[in-house]
Formats: sequence, C-alpha cells, structure tokens
Amino acid sequence: MTDITANSMQPEAAEQGAPALKVRSYWQTVGYRLRYDYMTLFFGAVVVLIILSAIFAPLIAPMDPYETSLIKRLKPMLYQGHLLGTDELGRDILSRMLYGGRISLAMGILPVLAATLIGGSLGVIAGFVGGRTNMAIMRTVDVFYAFPSILLAVAISGALGGGIFNGMASLTLVFIPPLCRVAETATSQVRNLDFVEAARATGAGTFNIIRVHVLGNVLGPILIYASSMVSVSILLASGLSFLGLGVTPPEPDWGLMLNTLRGAIYVNPMVCALPGFAILITSICFNLVSDGLRSAMDVRM
Amino acid sequence: MSMETSAPLVSVTDLNVKFVSRESTVNAVNDVNLTVNHGEVLCIIGESGSGKSVSMRALMRLLPERRTKITGKLEVDGQDVLALKGKELSAFRGGKAAMIFQEPMTALDPVFTIGNQIAETVCRHEGCSKEDGLARALELLELVKVPSAARRLKAYPHELSGGLRQRAMIALALSCRPKLLLADEPTTALDATVQIQVLILMRKLQQEMGMGMIFVTHDLGVAAEIADRVAVMYAGRIVESGTVQEVLTDPKHPYTKGMLSSTVHGNMRGKDIEAIPGSPPDLRSLPTGCSFAPRCPKADDGCRGQLPPEVTLGPGRIARCLKLDDAPPAAKPERETALA
Repeated sequence: MTDITANSMQPEAAEQGAPALKVRSYWQTVGYRLRYDYMTLFFGAVVVLIILSAIFAPLIAPMDPYETSLIKRLKPMLYQGHLLGTDELGRDILSRMLYGGRISLAMGILPVLAATLIGGSLGVIAGFVGGRTNMAIMRTVDVFYAFPSILLAVAISGALGGGIFNGMASLTLVFIPPLCRVAETATSQVRNLDFVEAARATGAGTFNIIRVHVLGNVLGPILIYASSMVSVSILLASGLSFLGLGVTPPEPDWGLMLNTLRGAIYVNPMVCALPGFAILITSICFNLVSDGLRSAMDVRM
Repeated sequence: MSMETSAPLVSVTDLNVKFVSRESTVNAVNDVNLTVNHGEVLCIIGESGSGKSVSMRALMRLLPERRTKITGKLEVDGQDVLALKGKELSAFRGGKAAMIFQEPMTALDPVFTIGNQIAETVCRHEGCSKEDGLARALELLELVKVPSAARRLKAYPHELSGGLRQRAMIALALSCRPKLLLADEPTTALDATVQIQVLILMRKLQQEMGMGMIFVTHDLGVAAEIADRVAVMYAGRIVESGTVQEVLTDPKHPYTKGMLSSTVHGNMRGKDIEAIPGSPPDLRSLPTGCSFAPRCPKADDGCRGQLPPEVTLGPGRIARCLKLDDAPPAAKPERETALA
C-alpha cells in the first residue's frame, strides 16, 4: 500500500514507465501483507496442520482409537509404541486425540458458520430496516443474550438431549445473539453514511445496496468476530461433552477425554492434560490467525 | 447551452416538505416554485436549515418515505417524480438525474475502488459487462481531468486527495449522461484553490453536456462563479430569485441584502463584518407572516400579519416582500448601509 501512495507523487513518470508500476489487486495486496506477517503465517500453518491431522486421522493414527486393553491402562508417554501414553481404558491417546479433533473442530466451526449466516442476516436486516423490525429482532435476541452462554448451551442441549447434532444446534443458538448484535451495530452505522444515499441516488435498489455496499462494509467485522468465536465454540463444545451433553462416550472428543481422564490426574497428570493442551493450542491459533487476517484484509490500512 | 426547448427541464410547483414525528412537524420546505431550463444552472442559496438540501433530496426522492410528507408537483423532463415507483425510480435516479454530495470522503464507499464504483453504476443502468463498465469509468475519469486515470481507477477512496475524490464523485454522477445534475454543496469540503478548479470543471462539463444543473451552496462567491440564475431560500421559502447578476448586484429582499452585506468585500481591516441580527425561525412553528420579519429592519405589523405574496419584478425575477417599493434603488456602495 505504501509504495502506491509514494508513487502517486510523480504521476508523469508513472505514466511513461508503464510496466514499472503495477497496481496490485485486492488479493495480491492481502497476500503481500501476509507474506511478511510471520506470526500469522506460523499460526495459520498450525491451524492447517490441526485441520489436516483431523481430516486424515484414519491414515495417520498409529492405533485403533476404540481398542481397549485392561493391562495397558494409564501408561506414560512412549510406552510400547503408545507415543502419548494410554487412557483409563488402555486406548491410545494420540489416536484418540487425532480422531477427537474431527469432532471438536466440527463442533467449533460448524455452529459458528451457521450462526454467522443466521445471526448475520438477522442483524443486517434489523440494522438496515430499523424501526419496529429492529425492535422485534433485537429484543428477541437480547432475551437469549441475557443468559450466560455456557448456561444457555447446557439448557438447550439438555432439553434437546445429548448427541453431536443437538450439541451443534444448541451452540448455534448460543452464537446467534452476539453475531446478530455485531451485524446490527455495524449495519446501522453504515446505513446512515453518505455512500448509501449516494448509491440510492445513482439508482441502486435496496437489495443491491445491502448486497454490495452494506455487506462490503459489514462482512469484515462480522467475519472477524465469527472467527474469534471458533475458539469459544470449541471450548463450549468441550464443556458440553465434559458434562455429558455433547458427544456420547465411546466417541473420542477432546472435551470428553478431558473429563474421563480427570479422575486419573494423580496417577498420570501429563497424559490427562494432553486433550486440554489440544483445546488450548487450537483456540489460541484460531484467535491469532483471525487477528492477523483482519489487519491483512482491511483495505483502509 | 442552446438546447432551448419549450418545456423546462425541471418544474417544481408548490412543493411542500414536512417531516412528521410524534412530537412535532417540521415545515422544511414551504410552497417552493422552481423551474430550470435545459442547459441552465440554477443556484439555490441559503443558510443552514433553509431547506435547500431538502428540496434537492425531494427531487431525487431520497427523503425517508415514512416520516416525510411531500406535496406539490415535481416534474423532471416531463416525468412526474412523485409518481415514480420501483424500477422507474431506479432508472430515474442516476439515469435522468444524478446527484453530487458534499463530502466526497463519505459519499464514496470505502471498501470498493473508484473504478468499481463507477462501473457498478454504469452496468446497472446500461446492462453492460464489467469490462465495458471499467472502460467507461476510465473515460469518465479522464473527462473529469483526473491525472493518471488508469491507475486511479484501481485506487480506494482513502488513497485520493479531497479534490480527486470529488472529481471521482462527479465522474460517478455523470456516468449515465444525466439530463439534470444536482449538486449539494459539492465544493464546501474542499479548500479554496481546489474549489475553483472543481467549479470550473463542473461549469465546463455542464456546458459541454448541455445538462441542467441545480447547485446548492451557501457561498455567494461560488454562486457568482457558476450560476445562470439564483434562488435565495429562507426558512423553507424562496424569498428572491432572478439572474445571477440581478440578485447579486441588485438585491430586492432585505434578507438577500443582509446576506450580501455580511460578506467580505473590500472592508477596512479590523472592521467587523455586518451580520444579520437574530437567528432563523424554528421550522416547527413558523411565524404567521413573513418568516424574515423578526430579523428584518423594515418589518412592520403588516409584515407580521400576513405572508407576503410573490412579487414579480420582471421575467423570472421574483421577490417575496411587502416593502419592495421603499427599497432604495440599490447600487453597489449602498449595500453596506442597506441594513443600517
């Protein structure tokens, strides 16, 4: 960005040496900025690794995550080919963590995606239309917002019953209010700016104004907020599984593993801390990557 | 400029705009009559809150529909603006009439490049491809004299200076060759040197394209620079109108006189500029008579009792005042003492 403004000082020179100056497209600019943002690159790589390891869990897991053994219970790391030891039923922790990543990541990402779609559109509608529509949507959302998020998630999935799908549904409901509010705030700010009126003055219809001008300005903040919600979602999902409301036992899940290994904390503290580490690292990485992406993708910087 | 046709481009008859809320009704525009011919520049002058911008927005139907009551007749190029709906309205806005806003920083969308924004408008009205739209955008940027236009096409609004941004805004407004250009204080946010460049450019483009233009300003110097005719607004009414020469050199209405004497014109250094005493009336409860009467040095009970009718002084020369007769035959030097 800086070199573009610097070059605008000498328009004549730029005009003559045409190939010397190329204006970068938006995505080129983003790529250029990311290339020198080593922090984001590193944590982005970690996120990609975590996702890939979850996707290819069946290929890279050294053992069967469901195979139990009464003899090999709660063994320390590196015991007989169990790189990270075994759990209270003698199952291989590494394999269970790889498989568990699939569910934990899905529980982290899918509810946020769904909530972004639903809450985001509700918020944009509320912010753009205003008046009674705004009142109706936002006050309803406020009712949900009044509950602490973990309590709401527990209450909803408690009412719906256990299971992955119900867990995701309840998490979606938990994330709709905050995302709706972020969308509403951003939209009502944008709605009153001159360029919306200017767009109308050039003949743009309401739908086009929302699609181009409102979304163009609002999508950034919404997506940034949503990406920071991914880590919260993983934690909440782990919490649900921990309480026995998300994933049902033989299925591996980080939160559930943390719960079951909790009893063994005096026997083998390192082993039972591992799923917790996985959750921690994943949520930190998602947070830092979303932060880096925000600064790279903002055209105004 | 010689696109004279019998029917005027814009004719506004008895325009009234009221903003209705639960607490009060604001009479923003009251019985305004205006005509603008093809290829003519009408300047609307007035202070803040005198209804200039509201009249313009009414012409574009940009006022919030729920809270605004518009009555009267608005015709642009034979089209009844108040009757337009949906697609027709979209085609009218930007196609037949376009608008330039005061703040070029906020009137351009910060997340799209200049080229994209112009191309978007062109494509919407002419249904062409993105490439054609961008090609047209380039032509337009060259038309408004943006240096190294090809590169500015890919610039975001924040990368341009105020003058360039306003030029881009003008290019955007001109993108579909409108017959009527509405300019809402387009030079107020610019500094003096850039302001004159933009004014000269707008005048030139207006003449080349034969557009009619309504130019809103509170700057008399700007009006003198660009206008063919001038209408002075006060408290939602047009109090005086005529050609730019007539109004600025021979003002009839006490308000116009007061306004002219409160500008800097070869005053002695250190001498205070005259000001019109008082402040404009509350638009929620206008006085029954002449709305300028409370501040007018010549007002008497007659002025306060009834609304002065429009007095036609010559072709297209109108003033709304009961005291026109005892106005001294104003020549230039007298202006400074007209209010004394």
